[in-house]
Amino acid sequence: MSAANAMSAANGMSPATRVRDDDLFQYVLRMGDLSLVLGQRLGEWVGHSPALEEDLGLANIALDLIGQARLLLGYAGEIEGRGRDEDKLAFLREQGEYFNPILAEQPNGDFGRTIVRQVLIDAFQLELYEWLTASSDGQLAEIAAKAVKETRYHLRYSGGWLVRLGDGTVESRARVSSALESLWSYTAELFAEDAVDRAMAERGIGPRLADVQKAWNARIDALLAEATLDRPLDRPYSWFGKQGAHSEHLGYMLAEMQYMQRTYPGARW
Amino acid sequence: MEDKHQWPLYEVFIRSRGGLDHKHAGSLHAADAPMALEHARDLYTRRQEGVSIWVVRSTDITASDPADADSLFEPARDKVYRHPTFYDIPDEVKTL
Repeated sequence: MSAANAMSAANGMSPATRVRDDDLFQYVLRMGDLSLVLGQRLGEWVGHSPALEEDLGLANIALDLIGQARLLLGYAGEIEGRGRDEDKLAFLREQGEYFNPILAEQPNGDFGRTIVRQVLIDAFQLELYEWLTASSDGQLAEIAAKAVKETRYHLRYSGGWLVRLGDGTVESRARVSSALESLWSYTAELFAEDAVDRAMAERGIGPRLADVQKAWNARIDALLAEATLDRPLDRPYSWFGKQGAHSEHLGYMLAEMQYMQRTYPGARW
Repeated sequence: MEDKHQWPLYEVFIRSRGGLDHKHAGSLHAADAPMALEHARDLYTRRQEGVSIWVVRSTDITASDPADADSLFEPARDKVYRHPTFYDIPDEVKTL
């Protein structure tokens, strides 16, 4: 919150003078939710990773993502102008009010499945943030400038693992192949453009998702080739996490994440 | 013979800032050198401890045997004239 406030002060824009902008609010909220949900999922690995070194690696990425979520949700709260700060947005929204793509909330599964989910989202966030560094929205551009450096490292980490596992042993290859096959259909949602995405693109705030998809395809295809994995076939798509319709998994995750604030409202430490 | 169920050990050296030398920071397990670099980044530079990292397989280090300490290091003990203690060091030199 404080960091986001500082940024808006630097831009000469105070929350009070900003005209409420529902499209921008929704757009920023979706990005914040993607980082928050994925960060929470990675946090579930702490104490359970295959090696101490990976435990720290995954936790590091989780903290980067939660840091991005703080900036984005804090900014979303300002745009909304109804007194909801990053904490209220994170801890007091129900499943249907979360707007992350469904891919982010998919359970960790084994390490290979977590890596596949991570690669698919890292590559998406990297394209998105790279574009957003030149966004016509100054605050979004600043957040993206910070996040893009983190995300480059995330993809380096997850992509490195995808190659090792895909081009690894018979078992590691079988596991990442099956994870890729089962998670692939969720990637279509990342590029399914709706009215909010179109409005943002028209105002120069966000990219055309078709452009993001093109760049994402090139990046993912190169990684899959290096990992000697086959690109799954695209399948019909019917997932709408970014419109609030989620899989059964998000509710359980939020129950755990929000438990403390809901049981002891306003608790601080 | 290498244990297939345990990643090999790497030694990590960190340069804390430009102009200083790399110092041994610790060790870690990794499957290969690029992974060792990433682990070193996550384990040893999370509080901005460094600007550069070296990793080297622990087995590639040839170490002196502590049992040889007497013959290796004792002979230097009575040769104080080898210490450059008779020079004045200018105040501007910070990292000698």
